[in-house]
This record gives sequence, structure tokens and C-alpha cells, in this order.
Amino acid sequence: MTDPVLELVDLVKHFGPVRAVDGVSLAIEPGEVLGLVGESGSGKSTLGRCVVRLVSVTSGQVLLRGRDLVPLSRNELRRLRRDVNIVFQDPSGSLNPRMTVADIVTEPLRLHRIGSSASRRDRLNELLDQVGLRAELARRHPHELSGGQRQRVSLARALSAGPALLVADEPTSALDVSVQASVLNLIARLQSELGFACLFITHDLAAVEFLAQRIAVMYLGRLVEVADRAELFATPRHPYTQALLSAAPVPDPAIQRTRNRIVLTGDVPSPVHPPTGCRFHTRCPVAELVCSVDQPPLRPVGPANTLVACHLVADDGTGPQLTKP
Amino acid sequence: MTPTLLEVSGLSVRFHTEDGPLLAVDAASFTITDGEVVALVGESGCGKSVTAMALTGLLPRNADVEGSVRFAGRELTNESHRRLVSIRGRDIAYVFQEPMSSLNPVLTVGRQIGEVLRRHQNASRAAAERRARDLLVLVGIPEPARRLREYPHQLSGGMRQRVMIAMALACRPRLLVADEPTTALDVTIQAGILDLLRSASAETGASVLLITHDLGVVADIADRVVVMYAGRTVEESTVDNLFAAPSHPYTRGLLGAVPNPARRASGGLREIPGLVPVLRSAVDACTFADRCPSADDQCRTHRPESRPGPAGHPVACWHPATDDVRAEAHD
Amino acid sequence: MTMVEPTPVVRAPSRRRILRRLRRNSMAMTGGVIVIIAVLAALLAPIIAPYPFDATDFTAPAPQPPSLEHWLGTDELGRDQLSRVLYGLRASLSVGVLTVLLAVLLGVPLGLLAGFYGWLDPFVSRLTDLLLAFPFLILAVSLAVILGPSLFTAVIAIAIGAQVPGMIRITRGETLRLRDMDFVAAAIAGGARDGVLLRRHILPNSVNAIMVQATVYVPAAIIGEAVLSFLGLGIRPPTPSLGVLLASAQPFYRQAPWLAVFPGLVIVALTLALNLFGDGMRDALDPRQVDT
Repeated sequence: MTDPVLELVDLVKHFGPVRAVDGVSLAIEPGEVLGLVGESGSGKSTLGRCVVRLVSVTSGQVLLRGRDLVPLSRNELRRLRRDVNIVFQDPSGSLNPRMTVADIVTEPLRLHRIGSSASRRDRLNELLDQVGLRAELARRHPHELSGGQRQRVSLARALSAGPALLVADEPTSALDVSVQASVLNLIARLQSELGFACLFITHDLAAVEFLAQRIAVMYLGRLVEVADRAELFATPRHPYTQALLSAAPVPDPAIQRTRNRIVLTGDVPSPVHPPTGCRFHTRCPVAELVCSVDQPPLRPVGPANTLVACHLVADDGTGPQLTKP
Repeated sequence: MTPTLLEVSGLSVRFHTEDGPLLAVDAASFTITDGEVVALVGESGCGKSVTAMALTGLLPRNADVEGSVRFAGRELTNESHRRLVSIRGRDIAYVFQEPMSSLNPVLTVGRQIGEVLRRHQNASRAAAERRARDLLVLVGIPEPARRLREYPHQLSGGMRQRVMIAMALACRPRLLVADEPTTALDVTIQAGILDLLRSASAETGASVLLITHDLGVVADIADRVVVMYAGRTVEESTVDNLFAAPSHPYTRGLLGAVPNPARRASGGLREIPGLVPVLRSAVDACTFADRCPSADDQCRTHRPESRPGPAGHPVACWHPATDDVRAEAHD
Repeated sequence: MTMVEPTPVVRAPSRRRILRRLRRNSMAMTGGVIVIIAVLAALLAPIIAPYPFDATDFTAPAPQPPSLEHWLGTDELGRDQLSRVLYGLRASLSVGVLTVLLAVLLGVPLGLLAGFYGWLDPFVSRLTDLLLAFPFLILAVSLAVILGPSLFTAVIAIAIGAQVPGMIRITRGETLRLRDMDFVAAAIAGGARDGVLLRRHILPNSVNAIMVQATVYVPAAIIGEAVLSFLGLGIRPPTPSLGVLLASAQPFYRQAPWLAVFPGLVIVALTLALNLFGDGMRDALDPRQVDT
């Protein structure tokens, strides 16, 4: 059993009083795509930034290929940045408007002193080809590219040093539907060709169903459910997961109009004052007394690879069903 | 036969920018009848938002509008500015995407709803406040009396959107234009807002013109769908028909591009190669031809008019598709 | 009338578009032309000045009004005004350019560091506040006392008293804005050190704002020099500067008005031209301009 590419142990990140990530543990195997799903305020983007160490970590461990990134000095950290990189949501903000595509894509190579300028040029062409961009685009500036092209440039840059882990933070959310499709297809293809592991952060359930092998659901700073893709979509166990899946509209009126939809009451609580006990209990249709007192641990239930944090889910995986079929 | 509330024919909007003219809407045509929810679907740059703004003249100075917009029998494109102002909010109300920037941050919620009421209905302050509270109840906001005294920043995104809808419904408009009303909201909140729009329409009899790019939202609440591409309306149909038998290649491409867990495509998501064209002026050709797998010379030299397609509903295409999409396994 | 913009295409304008916008702005272009003429006149002063600026002539009755030999007249010592104005323009423009240069050299790095390193910010900001709060003339007088009045004293006074703090503020603002952008985060994730971030990512994208500020500061420095020299705190006669010329013309306002009018007109024309051109630059660089 090989070591996981990434292992988070009890990761905590507070921005002052805001408890953005409040104790998350998970692992990503080499070559695996783990989808991290959540809505606004779930802390998923913060988690992604913690993994790439763009923000400091309040407590916990971030083990990249076995090495904990948290206590490292900036220099030591810099050297390890070869192994992990990130793609962001906003195509226009993630590229330096004053640099050419060529400079942008090869920057990690120059920073890590990989190869000579000649070999970097070859690598540039190779990368552009891999992400489906014509070679002559290398001389252009970001504002001369479309949103989809800019995201491809971001991908090329992130993959240029050959990282073992790619963090993709909502990479398609700011793109049109048809462009989303091409970028998702591209990520899928690159992932299977190059074999990197991927932490795919998104709020789009359909996208994560397409791309991920395993899915983790996050709510208000904590994980509520982790399962293999098929299992999660067939049998969501945590009430929040069920509500989430039920709320995501299916582009098919025959199905969408006949579904029983779970509508959650109330607002998402503030991450400054998360509810006591289980964080979801204030909006949970089936919450019981214990839910407001004890915080349920994320524990294995039912089939292999499934973890749920809910008092009402039994060890064999049976639990509350919010929608009657 | 229910009367036609809104009839848009041959609507064109041209912007004069420093880079030259820009044709944002190109002879768009569609109708809305009383009480129905019509979705105007397309990606960015297709002109759907501009169309919505053009209905009541809400376009910037550098826009030229041609064509006809008939609302309740009256032609809006040559109405005086004063008449249009009185129509906005009272007969045709808008709900926009970003509730934070559509609500005045320094006025309380009650003040803002009240302002709409006082302007259009000359209500007294007390009457306006009472009505505002009723409206908040109508849109499903708990503790309405307290909320009236709160400021926008004290409310969540979903609540603010409900307040926007309350303001829009304040004068019992006949048409509610909602421009991407749920795009900025979480999916669990979105469900509630969509339900609200549907029930508001049912209760008040208002029609809804829903602008969106999200086909899931369309499948959820739309009765009829109009698909726009590069400023043109290319397909118009009931919602069931559109998803079961999309006739225009762009519609088919769009449906194929959306990852749909209920229909796992094995070859990956369907891509539409190329980019949406930016038009300077109307061309006598199909604007989708460059990206269309079925395009031929006729498509590149003659503009297709909208006419009934193989599935029965109007489509602007020389070669509309004929097979049922649901029967397709993959592309 | 409620104007609702359709979602504008916010793009950083390309070089071509910037030039095109500039060219269409006739006021800015006029300003630019005047500036170019002034700069050429100043550079070529030693060649085109008909007389040396300190050549006195006690033979003719002075001051003389404009005539064929002396296009702008002469002053009370018989010196040719045209030559003095040309050299004065040279001095004033030098002050304008040197001051802004100093402001950029000192202010931009401080602003970058203050914006980038949070712990440094309070110190730099307090320093900036201090400099801005200090009464300018007192500073100028103190410097004149310490260093003796001269062109360089004027440059230092204006730079330190007003323009360095201003540049710090502008640069700091841009740095704060850019620091949180995704492309900076991407560079960090790619392994960039602070130096690379500042040099390749933050500074190049701040250049627009800095340039706009600089085009506003040049005319301000010229006026500042005129004031200081007028008060005797800057360039001292007989070396001409536009301010010195104005000061020397004081006793003769009634009897020889041309001694004050011409230098005054040059100051007004030059600063107006610089301001118009600077405004034009700012408008041309603004990425959000969409419609005509």
C-alpha cells in the first residue's frame, strides 16, 4: 500500500474568530481525484489554500508525500512546491496581465531552476499541446485570450513542474457551460495521461460526479461525509449530503419535476459562532437532542471507504432517509 | 387561449462602442402569455440580458433599439421616457443577480420596499409598512417585522434575494423579469428561491421571464424555453419538448455539455468547438455555422428563419436534428 | 434616468488602444504638443537663446518693452527677457523632472515594501503622515537654512514635503490591491520568492498608477519651484527660473509689466498643458471605459 500523496491530519485554520476549517482529516492516494464539495462558508477554498500553503495553518498537519508542510521554513517549503500546485476559479485574475503566456507557463520551471532555457522552450510547447492551445498563443497576453483559453494556460502553468498533486479550486465555475465541458474533459484527460492526484474543489455536484473517484462533503469547516462516487450518489447517508443532492437541479424536467426536493430551512450559520454539537443540526430536518450536544466524529460506516459524521447513521450504514422515493 | 402578455418581434440592439458597432441582439422574437414562466437560455454574450433590459428601455446611451416590444397590447419601443418609468416596477418588475448591489446598503429593508410602494401606489407610510410586512411573509422570510428594520448587510444572500423579489412583487406586476436570480446563491438556497418564483407566479398570476444559463434551473421551473445564441433566438419550445427533442444543433450541444449524473456519457462531455462570435452587424448566414457539425454551404450563405422544426416547435436552422436525445447513448 | 450598463467587457487596454484613445482626446493632444515644444525649447536654450541670460547692458535705458532686438523686452539691467525665459523654463522643467524622479526613486520602493510587509506598514505610514502633516513652507525654509537655497534645495523640499509621501501612498495602495490577486498566489504556489513577486508581479502592474501620478506631479513641482524661488528659498538670482523672474519683476509691475507677464504666461501654459496631458493619460489607461 503506497503512501498517500496528501494527508491532512486534524487541520484547523482560523482567521481570527472565523473558524474556516475546524478539524479536517483526509487522505488522497497517488493518481486519485478527490472531489471536495461544499457551499459558501464550508471552508473548502480555505482548505485548498492550506494544502498549497498559501495561508498559514492554525494547527494540524499537512503531509505532502509524507513530509509535514506546516513547520517548514519558507525556503524548505519553496523546494517542496514543485510537488503541488493550484488552479484558481477566476480566469482573468489568475494570470499576470503584463506577462506573456510563455512567461506565465514557464515561470515555475524558472523558479525551480528546472532545465535550460532551450529545454524550457520545448517543455512549453509540450505543455501547450497537452492543454490544447496552439503554439502561437505563447506570445499573447492574457487579455487577448478567452476565458477558456486562460484556464488552459493556468492548467499548463500548474502542471509545468510535474507536480504530484493538483489543487483545482472551482476551475470551471466562472466559465460558460460549453467551455466548462471542454475544461472538464481536459482535466480528466490530463489526469489519466499524467497520473497526478487532484483535489477538485467545487460546489457543482454534476462536475464532481463527472471527474472525481471519491467525494468528500464539507459543511461549516468540517467533513460530514466521504464516500466513493457511485456510493455517494446512490446512497447519500448524511442529511446534508441528501439535501445537497436533492437541491442540485437535474437538467431534465421529466426527472426534476417529479423529484421530492428537500428544502432546508434557515440560513447557513456564521462560521464565527458555529452551532454546538453537530454543526448541521440547526437546519437538519431529523435532528435529535444528542445532535445539539455532541459533535459527531467522522467514522467509517457501511461499505468500504465510506465515512459519515452523524449520530443517526448506524455502523452498518443505515440511517435517516429525508426523501421518500 | 390565454392572451399574449408580451410579444417581442424582430428586436435588435446595437451598441456604439469605441471599437466600433456591436450587435448584441439580432432580430430576436418570442412571446410570453399570462401566468407562464418562460426561460431565456444562453451563454454569456448571447444577448439575453440585453434583451431583458431592452424591454423597458433600460439600456445605456450608446444603444440603438429596433423592432417591436408589445406589452399588453401597447408598443413599448416608442413610449415616452416618463411612461416607461411608470411601467417599470409597476407592470414589469426586475430581479437581478447580485442582491447586494441591487439593494441600497444605507436604507433599511422596510424603507426600500416602502419606497417602491409609495412611488407607484401613493401609499401612506403606515400602509406601506403594513404591505411590506405582508410581502415579506409572502416571500417566506421569517420574523418579518424584525427584518423590516434591518439593513441589507445583516441579511444572508438568500434572504436578500427574497427581499428583491418582495420589492419586485410589491406592485403586483404582470411580468417579473429575473436575470440570473440564483446564480450567485448556494444550491440549497437556490432551490427555495426557485420554488418562491414559481409560487409567486401561481399566486399573483404574474408571468416570469427567467434569464439563465443553467439548464437545471430551466428544467425546474420553466414552462417554455427560448434559446439564444449570438443575439438570435434560435429555438423556442415547451420545456419538456426542448429536453426530449432539441432540434437546434446549439441546443443539443448545450445539453450534451452539461454533466448529468442521470445520463452518464461515456465519451466525456460534449464540447462545442470554437467561440461565440461577436457581430458587428447582421449577417445573412447562420451564426452557429462555424461551430456546427451539420453546417453546409446553405448555412453559411443564408440566414435561417425561425420555422416549425421536426419536433413541432419553431427553430432557426436549415438542418434541425430529428432524433430523440434521450435515446442517444453517447456522441 | 436609470442607466443600467450591460456587463461591460473589462479589459486592460492594449497599447494600441491606449494610443488611440489618447489621440482622440484633442485637449490631451494639445497639451502634449505644448509640453514637447517646451521641452525642446528648454533643451535647446543654449542654442536658440539670442543672448546669454546674464548679459547686462547698461547703455540702453532699461527696462525696455518688447522690440525687434529683444522680442520679450529687457529687464532693469538690460538683460534679454527671451533668453532669461528660455533658461528659466529649463531650470523649471529640470526641477519638475528631478523632483518627480526623486519621488519615484524613494517613494515607490517604500510603498511596495509597506504594502507587502504588513509589519513594516505602520512605520512607513506614520512617516508618510508626518511628512504630509508638516507645514510645507517651514520645511522649505529649514532646508534653505541648512543647505542654502538652490535648485537642489527646492527639489528636495518639494520631494520630501509632498511628492515622496504621495508616491508611497499610491504604490502602497496598488501593492495592497495586487497582493491578494490570484496570479500572485499562483506565483507563490509556483515557488516565487518575495523579490520575484515584487519585481515581476506587483511592480509591473503598478506602473500605470504610478505613471498617472507622476504626470500630475510634474506641473505641481514646477509651481512649487516657482513659489520657492519667488520667496527666495530656491534658485537664487541671477540664475533665472520662472519663479526668480517673477520675483525680480515685482518692483516693476506698473512700469514694466512684460517682465512678469511672460514668465507668468509660460508657467500657466506649461502646467495647464501637463495637466491636460496627464488627465488624458489617465483616461486612456482606465480599463473600464467602454462606450464612446
